[in-house]
Amino acid sequence: MDTNLILPVIIISAFSIWIFYHRQKKLAVILGISTSEQIKKTLTSQRFWLLILGFALTIGFWYAAVYWLPFKAFHRLPGPDEVVIEWLSRDPYYGISIYTKEYYVHIIYSFYRATTAFLLATVLGVPFGLLMGWSRRFYEYSFPLVEMIRPIPPLAWVPLSILMLPGVEPAVIFVTFLVAFFVTALNTLLGVQSIDQAYFRAARCLGASSKEILYDVVIPGSLPYIFTGLQIAMGAAWFSLVAGEMIAAQYGLGYLIWQGYSLVKYPTIIIGMVTLGFIGYGSSVAIRYVGKKLMAWREQELGGGAGVTHGE
Amino acid sequence: MGNNGTENMAKGGALSIRNATKIYDPEGVHVVALEDCSLDIKAGEFVAVVGPSGCGKTTLLNIMAGFDSLTKGEIYLDGELLAAPGVKPKPGPDRVVVFQHGALFPWKTVLENVIYGPVIQNQMSRSEAIEIAKERLSRIGLREIENVYPGQLSSGMQRRVEIVRALINNPLVLLLDEPFRGMDSVTKSASHECLLELYDIFHKTIYFITHDLEEAIFLSDTVAVMTTRPGRIRMTIKVDLPRPRDYRMLSSEKFLKLKEMAKDAVHEEALKAFQRGERELA
Repeated sequence: MDTNLILPVIIISAFSIWIFYHRQKKLAVILGISTSEQIKKTLTSQRFWLLILGFALTIGFWYAAVYWLPFKAFHRLPGPDEVVIEWLSRDPYYGISIYTKEYYVHIIYSFYRATTAFLLATVLGVPFGLLMGWSRRFYEYSFPLVEMIRPIPPLAWVPLSILMLPGVEPAVIFVTFLVAFFVTALNTLLGVQSIDQAYFRAARCLGASSKEILYDVVIPGSLPYIFTGLQIAMGAAWFSLVAGEMIAAQYGLGYLIWQGYSLVKYPTIIIGMVTLGFIGYGSSVAIRYVGKKLMAWREQELGGGAGVTHGE
Repeated sequence: MGNNGTENMAKGGALSIRNATKIYDPEGVHVVALEDCSLDIKAGEFVAVVGPSGCGKTTLLNIMAGFDSLTKGEIYLDGELLAAPGVKPKPGPDRVVVFQHGALFPWKTVLENVIYGPVIQNQMSRSEAIEIAKERLSRIGLREIENVYPGQLSSGMQRRVEIVRALINNPLVLLLDEPFRGMDSVTKSASHECLLELYDIFHKTIYFITHDLEEAIFLSDTVAVMTTRPGRIRMTIKVDLPRPRDYRMLSSEKFLKLKEMAKDAVHEEALKAFQRGERELA
């Protein structure tokens, strides 16, 4: 085996173990298993090796396509070994690695933009969706409008945003926000509509006013959908952010990837992409975590057996 | 309401349903759900309503609960007009519903569910309500589950909690829409026992919808048999079995005779409904 392959294999294995460890941990807490037992269980379970196999096959295909298979176009791409070596190099040939400051500047820029857009989308989108679900009248005149504006692809907004807003930075954030906003608002609306009418009736029977119904029925009842919406919104935010950065920005991972392409720094492209993968996974986990904290009732309801093992 | 949280006997809750008529979509399909339905329910009386599916039992419940309006006729609660054409339906804690599929808020714990009504109505302070709720839950053997979310309870426990949540508001009338439907027989009999126990303590007026004749007779003072749509009261059967009741009564001669009587009436209505269904489909 090529010695260059050893490093990527180690990194991928470590990552797989980490993901699997977290999946198992919840189960272990419930079953009361100690850490060492848990690691032993992990290493002997079939699912763990299937997880490894999935990664190994993907990386293996990548490696084979670049070095062995007769696909001409693939031969100019960097192999997994080359990318990992560049990524972990103290003196990267193409200028970006975990030891360079620039790498983190790009990450921070993207992270800041995505987070700002996402938070704005949450703060505005959730109340907007609740209002649409809550007031028939508001729904009647806002929903058709939303349905018409929503299908416009985020990239189509880029020129107008730059013209409307002072500077490129707010424009990129605006485009990112827009996509996340619609996803959040519509999922919140769906959440309100999904609430069983019996809960509204029960609340009114028990003497709840409209305001109390909003706080005690509408909001908690739609939380599961809201959090599903937020997870999708986060994904959509990263998607349109990278697109926006490619066109309009000076920094950020989207910019890094595009620059890597135009300056023929191919390993940098992949480093940017994989970094996005990690950050995307991380932000998704963070939202799920907050959701679970807020919806203990749901966790209990779905808890036990299948709900736990397939919880991720 | 002067509720000090301990047992208080019925101080009202007499329902008078006079020629209640409900027509859905009068200009269009024109479905007559209720027609000239009249029934008097005394304060503290337990009335079980039986009849074929779609006969208007739930329509009547919804109107009394304040979820729906009346097309013709009047309903009085303790002499005051509750529903009539032109009167805006308004649900309230004096007529609490226990729903067929249950409507405990899944996002609130059992205890939070039970105290919800009195706390938001400012009837009780939170701590006062918690104390009473705990006492009531333990009385029916549900003490340990107060901090659990409803999703973890069996349907039988959920329904019992919901009955407690309704009763803590000290309502005049309890409206139960087939609360024990689809339960297995063991859960069902446990739920019956619980409801009978609570009824013997609080003596609220109860309007209880069911399909199960045995259940209807075992629990109630009066069984009202409704006709097939348009629904009206075909007959009322007085159940003069002594209280407190227990399961041995189910095999007593008196019980069986009452059941026979109710069965004949319901069967005839069910047959009519069935034949009409065939005609409508033909």
